[in-house]
Amino acid sequence: MENVGVCDEFVNLKATELRLGLPGTEDGGEEERQKVSCCKSNKRAFPETEKDIESTGKTKPASPPKAQIVGWPPVRSYRKNNIQTKKNESEGQGMYVKVSMDGAPYLRKIDLTVYKQYPELMKSLENMFKFSVGEYCERERYKGSEFVPTYEDKDGDWMLVGDVPWEMFVSSCKRLRIMKGSEAKGLGCGV
Amino acid sequence: MNYFPDEVIEHIFDFISSHKDRNSISLVSKSWHKIERCSRKRVFIGNCYAINPERLIQRFPSLRSLTLKGKPHFADFNLVPHEWGGFVHPWIVALAKARVGLEELRLKRMVVSDESLELLSRSFSSFKSLVLVSCEGFTTDGLASVAANCRHLRELDLQENEIDDHRGQWLNCFPESSTALTSLNFSCLKGETNLAALERLVARSPNLESLKVNRAVPLDALTRLMSCAPQLVDLGVGSYENEPDQESFMKLMAAIKKCTELRSLSGFSEVAPLCLTAFYPICQNLTSLNLSYAAEIQGNHLIRFIQFCKRLQRLWILDSIGDKGLEVVASTCKELQELRVFPSDLHDEEDNDTAVTEIGLVAISAGCPKLHSILYFCKQMTNAALITVAKNCPNFIRFRLCILEPNKPDHTTSQSLDEGFGAIVQACKGLRRLSVSGLLTDKVFLYIGMYAEQLEMLSIAFAGDTDKGMLYVLNGCKKMRKLEIRDSPFGNAALLADVDKYRTMRSLWMSSCEVTLGGCKRLARNAPWLNVEIINENENNDVMERNEEDEREKVDRLYLYRTVVGARKDAPPCVTIL
Repeated sequence: MENVGVCDEFVNLKATELRLGLPGTEDGGEEERQKVSCCKSNKRAFPETEKDIESTGKTKPASPPKAQIVGWPPVRSYRKNNIQTKKNESEGQGMYVKVSMDGAPYLRKIDLTVYKQYPELMKSLENMFKFSVGEYCERERYKGSEFVPTYEDKDGDWMLVGDVPWEMFVSSCKRLRIMKGSEAKGLGCGV
Repeated sequence: MNYFPDEVIEHIFDFISSHKDRNSISLVSKSWHKIERCSRKRVFIGNCYAINPERLIQRFPSLRSLTLKGKPHFADFNLVPHEWGGFVHPWIVALAKARVGLEELRLKRMVVSDESLELLSRSFSSFKSLVLVSCEGFTTDGLASVAANCRHLRELDLQENEIDDHRGQWLNCFPESSTALTSLNFSCLKGETNLAALERLVARSPNLESLKVNRAVPLDALTRLMSCAPQLVDLGVGSYENEPDQESFMKLMAAIKKCTELRSLSGFSEVAPLCLTAFYPICQNLTSLNLSYAAEIQGNHLIRFIQFCKRLQRLWILDSIGDKGLEVVASTCKELQELRVFPSDLHDEEDNDTAVTEIGLVAISAGCPKLHSILYFCKQMTNAALITVAKNCPNFIRFRLCILEPNKPDHTTSQSLDEGFGAIVQACKGLRRLSVSGLLTDKVFLYIGMYAEQLEMLSIAFAGDTDKGMLYVLNGCKKMRKLEIRDSPFGNAALLADVDKYRTMRSLWMSSCEVTLGGCKRLARNAPWLNVEIINENENNDVMERNEEDEREKVDRLYLYRTVVGARKDAPPCVTIL
């Protein structure tokens, strides 16, 4: 192997120098101890992790968020698509989600796919749990009620029902919770 | 100087079928080169852009069977734009024009159109075999032309393609006179299937050995199919989410019992547990089992099934089998050679305790002495486990380990997995393919460069610290052919250190690494026999027109490959060939 005989902005000759020692020994070690990030661009979903191979004891690298990395895990799209459809279809041709209401003794399950829009869903919930959510409006959210319908989305966050377009809601909603009382005030009124 | 007449030499060459051997023969002398090339029937082209069809035909006029591969491997994971290339059409046009007596065409990761299939079906009167793997761009209309026009068709094998299913009558297009089918695989079709046409086709194909149907073939139809094709060796079934009633079940079991030649079973995109039990009678004969699409079936049912499969050589399964299930495999399947364990939970949504860990892998390595090929998706791994696996199984040819979380260290010691993979490459002297994952420093690449002498393909993701890592590999692995790297800190120094190395390799892929546009441009200048492709996220055609400052800009995706025909003309706007 011949070294490229140039040392310039593109080629760092020192980086190509291969010594007989293992990385992390003598002055090779200094380079190793630098924090290296392989993902500097903010295009990538993956955060920096510190690779300190000289460490004794347990290091705890920051656990990456469960954000989707493009093309990871390396499973063929064909296979991914097939497993996906399985998971959807196995819900019995519908998108069943659990619904809980604060104070109610047991939960219910509803199929989101039978509804076309929010008003239908709300009416159905109101019937099911015998309550009223009042009017929904952009500014003041659910006015005139101590009940606030919320849902848990794919990321595990609790969101107010009605903010996002219906289709987006159906695809990201994992479960519903009808909040009541003081807890509800924070979300429900004119946030 | 030849001591034998050419015909004798040619006859001797007839016994040599391996591509590598044939390539070696053609290098011996001019005379042998000529005899070899004129008699060569089967050609394998690993990169369709390394050569063009005209030169292929010129060199091998007696071509009968052609294998072509198009997109780079990482296209499987959506890292290559849809329109990147890999079109088969110009190949078919050229072969048709030259009146090549093509009998077999095998394509992988290529774009195939209905027009191509139509032309294919009309141009080669002796055409016998079409195998398409991970291809796209065609519909069932294209299949209809193949069915209708290829009078001597024996094999139609469609594996994991994206096919637009027009729900037409393509199965009806096989003429009544077509009785030569030996292999029919349409498992990847998503639409309804004309069951009557299928049953008639199977009934008149006494030589049919391999049949793989799609999801839309219900249980009773499957029963009838198996009843009229008890000679089947390889069966792919559909989707059976509902338990069969007593009568259907008995009929199915009776049909299955008759299939004494059955050795390979696949499909099962959904299978109710009872349905699976109908196959028990033939389990002991199975050498190949693919249950990797049966996402809903629970581990215990899988385990019960596998306990009967004592002769299994190849097993593809989901991680829902769990470590316990793999222990059962280890104690049952002593003939196992190839194992693939796929992830069932792709978004890490469930806190899955039943998924596989290092325990399952160690159990398999201990129980299956003939194991030489593994693909293993898991959530955690340890160095100790890998060292044990290496000791148990020094015969690995293919070792692909994918820890689902990038950069994950040994979960018991929090150290990198350098030592574990190091043990694998040191012990497995015949290792040809390796995929690494988890927390890895440059050290693992030092080991790979030092020990992996037979390594031909290496996949790296989220690994390494500096350019040295990549350099260890490029310098050490003399037989490297395909190197694919993503999200690793390798840059220009490694890329440019030994340009001639790329003469001995088929291709190099680097995405989300540290190479810059300037580095790639220099490489392209120093190696005119390489196509250096830059693939941009945005369809930006003006890469070349930017000013010098942008030479420092990092390249999102780099794909380079050796070629004897220069830059290709069919690149889309998002691809710049330097």
